[in-house]
Amino acid sequence: MENYLELLKQDIRFEEGLNACMNCGVCTAICPAAEFYNYDPRKIIDLVQSGDNNEIEKLLKSEEIWYCGECMSCKTRCPRGNAPGLVIMALRGLSQELGFFVESEKGRQQLAVKRTVGQWILDHGYCLYLEGVGTDLHPEQGPVWDWIQDNYREVFHRLGANYQGEGPGILRKIPVEAMEEIRKIFEVTGGNRRYEKIEYYSKKKAEEMNMKLDEGIDNEYFRYIYKTNNGSHTK
Amino acid sequence: MKLEGKKAIWSEYQKEIADDRFFYVRSCVRQNFFPGSETTFLKIMRKELMKDIYEHPCHTTCTGIGYHGDIVPVETAMTVVARQFSLMTEAGYENLLPSCITSFGLYTEILDTWHHFPEVEEKIRKQLRKATGREFIKPKNLAHASDVIYKFRKEISAKAKFRLINKNTGEPLKVVDHIGCHYAKMFPSKGIGGAEYPYVLAGMVEEWGGKVIDYPERRHCCGFGFRQYLVQANRGFSIACSKEKFESMKPFKPDMIITNCPGCPMFLDRWQYVINEMEGKRYGQNGESIPVFTYEEVAGLVLGYNPWDLGLQMHQTDCEPVLDKMGIEYDPDEKYNTSIPDEKVKIPGLVNV
Repeated sequence: MENYLELLKQDIRFEEGLNACMNCGVCTAICPAAEFYNYDPRKIIDLVQSGDNNEIEKLLKSEEIWYCGECMSCKTRCPRGNAPGLVIMALRGLSQELGFFVESEKGRQQLAVKRTVGQWILDHGYCLYLEGVGTDLHPEQGPVWDWIQDNYREVFHRLGANYQGEGPGILRKIPVEAMEEIRKIFEVTGGNRRYEKIEYYSKKKAEEMNMKLDEGIDNEYFRYIYKTNNGSHTK
Repeated sequence: MKLEGKKAIWSEYQKEIADDRFFYVRSCVRQNFFPGSETTFLKIMRKELMKDIYEHPCHTTCTGIGYHGDIVPVETAMTVVARQFSLMTEAGYENLLPSCITSFGLYTEILDTWHHFPEVEEKIRKQLRKATGREFIKPKNLAHASDVIYKFRKEISAKAKFRLINKNTGEPLKVVDHIGCHYAKMFPSKGIGGAEYPYVLAGMVEEWGGKVIDYPERRHCCGFGFRQYLVQANRGFSIACSKEKFESMKPFKPDMIITNCPGCPMFLDRWQYVINEMEGKRYGQNGESIPVFTYEEVAGLVLGYNPWDLGLQMHQTDCEPVLDKMGIEYDPDEKYNTSIPDEKVKIPGLVNV
């Protein structure tokens, strides 16, 4: 078994986010996720700093580490200057590195984030590509979003966008050489490796769950992880 | 100069904001949901304030949403950000001006990490060189676009065609300000007023005639939570956070909400629509919802710009109640006009919020 605490210490955010926790619970008091989910950042930080390897492994496979919204309200309030939100980011990184994320319903959702936001970064140079996302996946966007999508070019033209155009401007086409640099950065710095791990472990899990997982977002496993909520996460 | 008294007390809540020559980087969310706000910001900077603000066509996302969605590793995010710095260096600028609070927070976090761990900065420099052959100089000044509007709020006020005042009663409009978590919660000294007394939006509101409302959940997150909104199964968290804020602000009878972050106005706008659809509940006055604005839209209204050039037609929650109170004239028939000649005007199916 790996020494998980030592692996966590290799993440700069863990080094920055955790000195010594006195377990006061102010982070939990201010935390919006703790209001909503069965979530207690104080307990997580206490467990991590205990160094109990078995317990940390359970944590890395748990639902809990995926409840944080990374608002970083905890960072403002901690009297010791810790940032439980940064520790959560390190835990999530390690959970994906080791393939443990597929053991929880919330963790499995990483494939959905990778195949939407992650893919848009590499294809379009921005984290959102909303031309391709309608009210079927985002019903909360309402009738105005249907109108915007039906009239995408005209609406954006009126508001000064340079939609898919050359040169600077809103929703411009990012030059090919710039996109090549971004993709190369992902290759050199471990971004691609992270994406590949998410895909690899998700495919294994889909097989184990006897679900179909093809490319893209129109398949059984993607729909399942994107929409399923077993109702056990909240208070 | 030695600072004394109140000046000394408040000095830690001030920040340095460059005066001119800005390198602008766009926002993933603001471009898609509030394109009129970025257009308006550049118009104010160039045409009203006569500032030099440059946009490099090759800049990209900072990866912030992917980073906080935990799919982009920290070193990848740092190297993409280093590339943005390199484009700025190449263009001969030193003052970085992001349009996004998530970006502003990420830039601040990275610069802070590099300050405490110089060996990490050195590693990122090597990685950027290996991937792109690029070098960079770090920004001399980092300010969010709202910081600059705050800095020049008096100049905007001097050109005001309308003020945040109810023309019928002469009373200031009651305004809820929402500054967005990553503006100052992570690094309070980098935001005007810090995390306790954020003044970036309140300063604009007061200068332009309005009155800021204080209410219990003023500092609560809007509910984006990155993966908590991006994945449909988690959106209960997102709407619950917004609802908590609406319930808390309702007794104070706000006329409008002004926002700092690109995502927050979208959530505060759309979740009012959803709560009304689900529960038939609205949080504004006279059976209406509370109009939600970006700070660029509010500045544009104060300067007398056409509301439909600002992009208010892209909101799901109608903004007209505020326009009426301020005495702004507008053509309702023009709202969904797309400005393409001879194009038949199409309107959304059911905009009833």
